Amino acid sequence: MRFLMTTSKADPPDDKLVAEMDRLVEEMTRKGVLLAAGGLDPVGTHVSSSGGKVTMTDGPFTESKETILSFALVEVRSKEEAIELAKHFWLIVGNGEGAIRQVYGPE
Amino acid sequence: MTVPEAHRAVDAVWRLESARIIAGLARLVNDVGLAEELAQDALVAALRQWPESGIPPNPGGWLMATARHQAIDRIRRSERLRRNLELLGHEARQQQQSAIFDGQPDLDAVVEGEGVRDDLLRLMFISCHPVLSTEARVALTLKLLGGLTTGEIARAFLSTEPAIAQRIVRAKRTLASRQIPFEVPPEPERAARLASVLEVIYLIFNEGYTATAGDDWIRPELCYEALRLGRMLAELSPAEPEVHGLAALMEIQASRMRARLGPAGEPIPLLEQNRGAWDQLLIRRGFAALLRAERLGRPPGPYMVQAAIAACHARAQRAGDTDWERIVALYELLAALTPTPVVELNRAVAVAMAFGAARGLELVDPLLARPELRDYHLLPSVRGDLLARLGRHEEARTEFERAAALARNARERAVLLGRAAARPPGGQAGPSGSRPAGFP
Repeated sequence: MRFLMTTSKADPPDDKLVAEMDRLVEEMTRKGVLLAAGGLDPVGTHVSSSGGKVTMTDGPFTESKETILSFALVEVRSKEEAIELAKHFWLIVGNGEGAIRQVYGPE
Repeated sequence: MTVPEAHRAVDAVWRLESARIIAGLARLVNDVGLAEELAQDALVAALRQWPESGIPPNPGGWLMATARHQAIDRIRRSERLRRNLELLGHEARQQQQSAIFDGQPDLDAVVEGEGVRDDLLRLMFISCHPVLSTEARVALTLKLLGGLTTGEIARAFLSTEPAIAQRIVRAKRTLASRQIPFEVPPEPERAARLASVLEVIYLIFNEGYTATAGDDWIRPELCYEALRLGRMLAELSPAEPEVHGLAALMEIQASRMRARLGPAGEPIPLLEQNRGAWDQLLIRRGFAALLRAERLGRPPGPYMVQAAIAACHARAQRAGDTDWERIVALYELLAALTPTPVVELNRAVAVAMAFGAARGLELVDPLLARPELRDYHLLPSVRGDLLARLGRHEEARTEFERAAALARNARERAVLLGRAAARPPGGQAGPSGSRPAGFP
């Protein structure tokens, strides 16, 4: 099963964190669990659709609590495994907030 | 934290970390069986302590440290182990060898301060050692590298827990009594040993992808397990093209997992699948792995060629877009590398698609004399397809019936009987009369 792990708030990374994160990515790849990972531009375009009208609004947005800053897509055998991986990740990142959500499919 | 919660967490940690722990311990005590025992003891300690103390911040490290203490204890108490340890003098040499094996300095060992990567690679090689039977290699690999329980392995292979447990115990005993070293094999035997590792992983994948027996046609958990092992091996041994070839092959085949089953659990042939249901992420990962293999610039091996064939299908947006002539050329290459009747049969299917059913049938008919294919249900199944396409429905029906009688998997048998029934004796073809050749 796949889980999308996201961060929505985190301390800005320093060189040490970047190096540790590279190593974590390497280790998760070697474990065969990491499918994809990436960072997202916090300045995006907000989309809303109502009654057949699609409206786009360019960011940045002040309501940044739900903004996803980075993600990792993992393939694991249980939710608990995803949680263990996330713990490992947050031990390196330090303070912040994020989410773990199951991705439906491909099974 | 409740006890069941803690147990689930311990279980997850075990699945993620046990291979590394067993591999590290095996290097320490030079005995895979003992290493697993020590790791299991640490697991038991965790199950006892963690529900009260909570999960430690670095659970894998906790398990490793606990097991290592127990290992050192045992070494102090055992003369045999002390002798084993003296053998560790040659470990430095082994590490150099594996650095050469990977074609680059072992940066990882330097960075991590311990050769985790080499240990895992050694564990793969020893679990797939040719002194063991194929079944034993598969079971040991799933146990030691996949972190599966004997119960899970038994369920996956429709066997019983005691049978699997015994298979594993015997395998570990064989490795110990034959004094198989915990090493990355040196040059003369390396290629054959790597081939055994690849074979075991692909066997696990195929058992999941097309279950040979039982009621389910696919057991996805085995496919994911094999994929995970393949991805792991690709990182452990990145200079070997066939390692990436196998990873590419499994990624691309797994991308079709969701599209291969109909609503009633019946298998759907490749050319009839809804390509929109193919997993594009896995396809891209497969292409990337194939590229990695190709960039190593060595002559392609059988896994790379099979991955290239799978990539041809993945590239075609509609079944009609498939580049069959390229697939024929790739099967010719594959037949030169591994001249087996099954490859010949697949080549015949490709030829039929590229140049017409009659040309395909010309290649299939001589295979009827091959004793290896006498009980292979896909031979009459393919032949039935080709005969049907040529309008020879009576003969096609006989072939589908024969295929159904040979198929050991219930779902597959049902599909084949359906095809036979669609061709009533002496009558016209039924609705699925135009079905294309249905190789998976």
